[in-house]
Amino acid sequence: MERVPVLKIGDILLVSIQIDMEDQVALQLQEDLAEKIVATGCHGVIIDISALDIVDSFVGRTLATIASVSRVLDAETVVVGMRPAVAITLVELGLSLPGIRTALNVELGIEMLARSRAESAPDEDEDEDDPAAVPAP
Amino acid sequence: MALSPEESGRLADLLDEHADGLVARWAELVGAGLQGRMSRPELERQTRDLQKGFQQAFANGARDLSDEEATELRAQLGELSSNRARQGFSANETAISMFAFKDAVLGVLGDTSDVQTLRDFVSFSTFVDRAALFTFDSYVRVREALIADQAEQLLELSTPVVKLWEGVVAVPLVGTLDSARAQVVMERLLQTLVDTGSPYAIIDITGVPAVDTQVAQHILKTVVAARLMGADCIISGIRPQIAQTIVALGIEFGDIATKSSLADALRYVLGKKSYRVVTAKRTEH
Repeated sequence: MERVPVLKIGDILLVSIQIDMEDQVALQLQEDLAEKIVATGCHGVIIDISALDIVDSFVGRTLATIASVSRVLDAETVVVGMRPAVAITLVELGLSLPGIRTALNVELGIEMLARSRAESAPDEDEDEDDPAAVPAP
Repeated sequence: MALSPEESGRLADLLDEHADGLVARWAELVGAGLQGRMSRPELERQTRDLQKGFQQAFANGARDLSDEEATELRAQLGELSSNRARQGFSANETAISMFAFKDAVLGVLGDTSDVQTLRDFVSFSTFVDRAALFTFDSYVRVREALIADQAEQLLELSTPVVKLWEGVVAVPLVGTLDSARAQVVMERLLQTLVDTGSPYAIIDITGVPAVDTQVAQHILKTVVAARLMGADCIISGIRPQIAQTIVALGIEFGDIATKSSLADALRYVLGKKSYRVVTAKRTEH
């Protein structure tokens, strides 16, 4: 069976789906990701679906499950690169993929993760936003 | 009622014999109907071609307009009516200029009481009626094609997606939003979002004359689709009456940001992108 590779880049796990998402592949990805998050301690997951022509309800639900599982493991999930045709089809079907954060491309996805990381952990570095607080060299 | 072989033979002879007189009379009748919107030489050229076409069809033994022998005549008629349609003549005028041919032929027959001639004329009359109906048909077809073309051009013209700022695009909607247009707008907007990587889109409905539940449905679908792709949509340009209609119809925009003007929407987006718009300090001279 084909597997979707999971790549670690810094604090983020990048998953680029380049094959047809059959149900088994989706379930395997869900398991792989959960293990990888625990193994690497990453805090962000980006799933790139720009190569997917079809996102059916099962894949949609799996993506939502992946997002929930990684949230439990303290990692944010962002789905990026959804094609217009896919989005239109999902809307027509009435599937709005609740609980999934989306971004237009990988770059914006990384930005989004960085921003939400900074917002969720402000007390670690209280004066993060204040340039004056940066200690002089 | 189809012509008999003898009848078409006799008609071919008749048209051939009186060719010049017929063309002159016919062109005159058509010219009167068109009230000088077409020059006389052009009319004569047209009627001469048509007269030849009829004569040729009869000589070939055409018994009905749908016969194979009349293929050329049909092509001529089709061309004539498509030209008339493009030049802005009405369908009536086009058909009447065919009927005028009957008058012209009746004129050259003179006041005959010969039964056979009259029978011939009745059959001929039926044939011309069919020809006139045929021009009517092709006229309508050409006009419909014209309208379809224009509708398509209008669709392309009326849905621009413009870039307002780095990462902010806007769609100024002008005109009534039906399903077909809404589909085009949605597809174009989403494609632009992907192409430019803009996380913000503003849909401006200043130019939309009325918003009913269907239009709102289209807009909402676009917003949800954009959201699925990871972009935020703001609806702007809501006029007071439209705001009242929206509330009266019970349309819920949910957590979608709505602004009254495009400027407000842009300010809102810039705020979200952490830009601040301030007046520049004047340097003293």
